[in-house]
Amino acid sequence: MIEVRDIRKTFFAGTANEVRALRGVSLDIPEGCFVAVIGTNGSGKSTLLNAIAGTFAPDAGEVRIDGRDITRWSESRRARLIGRVFQNPFAGTAAGMTVAENLAIAMRRGQPRGLGIALSRRVRDEMIERVRTLKMGLETRLDNPIGTLSGGQRQALTLLMATWLKPRLLLLDEHTAALDPKSAAQVAELTRQIIRRDKLTALMVTHSMQQAVELPDVIVMMHGGQIVRQVAGAERERVRVPDLLAAFDHVRRREQLDEGVAGVLRAQYR
Amino acid sequence: MTLVMGAFTIGLILSLLTIGVWLAFRVLRFTDITVDGSLTLGAAVAAVLLVRGAPPWAATLAGAAAGGVAGFTTGMLHTRFKIQELLSGILVMTALYSVNLRVMGRSNVSLLSTKSIADPANRLLTAWAGGDSLLLFGWRVPVSEAAMLLTVLAVMAAIGLLLRVFLVTHFGTALRAAGDNAQMIRAQGVDNRHMQVFGLCCANALVGLAGALLAQYQGFADVQMGIGMIVWGLASVIIGEALVSRVTPGLALAGAVMGTILFRLLIAIALRWGLNPNDLKLVTALFVFAALVLPGQAKAWCARARRLADNRKGRGAP
Ligand SMILES: Nc1ncnc2c1ncn2[C@@H]1O[C@H](COP(=O)(O)OP(=O)(O)OP(=O)(O)O)[C@@H](O)[C@H]1O
Ligand SMILES: [Mg+2]
Repeated sequence: MIEVRDIRKTFFAGTANEVRALRGVSLDIPEGCFVAVIGTNGSGKSTLLNAIAGTFAPDAGEVRIDGRDITRWSESRRARLIGRVFQNPFAGTAAGMTVAENLAIAMRRGQPRGLGIALSRRVRDEMIERVRTLKMGLETRLDNPIGTLSGGQRQALTLLMATWLKPRLLLLDEHTAALDPKSAAQVAELTRQIIRRDKLTALMVTHSMQQAVELPDVIVMMHGGQIVRQVAGAERERVRVPDLLAAFDHVRRREQLDEGVAGVLRAQYR
Repeated sequence: MTLVMGAFTIGLILSLLTIGVWLAFRVLRFTDITVDGSLTLGAAVAAVLLVRGAPPWAATLAGAAAGGVAGFTTGMLHTRFKIQELLSGILVMTALYSVNLRVMGRSNVSLLSTKSIADPANRLLTAWAGGDSLLLFGWRVPVSEAAMLLTVLAVMAAIGLLLRVFLVTHFGTALRAAGDNAQMIRAQGVDNRHMQVFGLCCANALVGLAGALLAQYQGFADVQMGIGMIVWGLASVIIGEALVSRVTPGLALAGAVMGTILFRLLIAIALRWGLNPNDLKLVTALFVFAALVLPGQAKAWCARARRLADNRKGRGAP
């Protein structure tokens, strides 16, 4: 169970460039639930994921995992509970190190790292087995620097790394956005499989409406640093891409209306 | 032969420095200038302890530990107090100049009448050769020099082996990843700043060890002896990388050692041919400059030449 309570974050507070990226976001994700977050550019989706992952401390609010308050935990400490795949395929792997070395690091995510040899024969066998499930032929390239692989291959491996040890929460931030359509579809399918198989609790940001209606249990819509709509249960079963687009139009119209009202008020009180 | 042996001995000693520089610059990707100060610190601490009659191995280890403390300080300045990499190193290096003078009490400490880490090897070889010189590949060399070479060879082999194993452990792998991609290693549950501090500590401990051995080899510690060492270390790292591709840690380490020895041999030869020792640092700096800039420049020139050729072809075609 993941609980996000009234998270607020303002960048450059008190300056002309002030950005209120999160304006009180609350979200409960039950065990084993797959949530997709959609929203306009700059609506705070990445900021929400970063707040949960601990990239920065929020100005207010708290994050709990299984009842434990982790709001003050460092990013690296949270990694014990949270697996993460970034939008940038280069962000999740150490380019100069081999595929096997990267995987060896992920096999101890959030655990103490002693002076045992990282890559034993037994470990390699296990790696070959699990890398084979990606069906990309990467099991033969374990000793290549991971930087020599394509973006899609790296992203698939990052996904494998984030879920090698079952995380309490998997965070995916538009992890297919930087890939070509074919790799994107491949990685999306892989994501679906892994989340199903391991019954993971997951929070995925996506720009693809198609992904949003196909993959998750719950759809969350964000706008202007707030959650404006949640689609779950029976409604979630019925919802189609046009419905989501209509919902966005609705949000936008309401905002324009607000602006219109504000304009009238400003004119009156000048 | 003495020339070659000297180059080998200094080369082996300084390969510890090179490995330290490699660890900081290449593994951690941290531009660590502390090195100039921590080499002298290692030498100073070891020298003073030797003069006070401490056992040579203890004095040498103390020199390494002192270097480690210097690296730790630089790391803390950067990670804890958010001072830029370069400036952290410069601050510590500058402070160390005074510290080193304090430690030694003057600018130069002679070690000619003290014990040395090479003494056991010396006794062994003297007994074996039955005199104060021995035959090496048909050359007659002083036992004292052979003993020093043997000793640093042993130290180097031990350190190299230790490091080679360490870098492929779980901890060592995480350390390398922290330098490669800080974001990635944090997402895997390791605080990259801790790794940085630890890595700088190790790197400068190696440099301090090099200083302690160097002092014992040349028979004195001098407050100036560290100046320019960072550039020598870099030059050796670069030569080493040209010698081996640096895919695995083992190869990279071997490259660092070979690079240093080759570099020392080149210097010995250049000095033999009449290079003014005062010009040595200039020549080294120019070499590092060329090694850093030329590959990129060459690529740019090639690209330009190709573009020009294409243009000419393009104009000739219609
Ligand atoms: N580290 C930061 N420093 C300053 N401003 C930031 C930072 N991170 C995000 N912002 C700002 O916060 C707002 C929300 O950004 P965020 O990246 O969360 O949007 P997003 O919903 O992920 O958008 P996109 O769909 O483009 O990825 C933006 O206005 C952005 O400029
Ligand atoms: Mg984003």
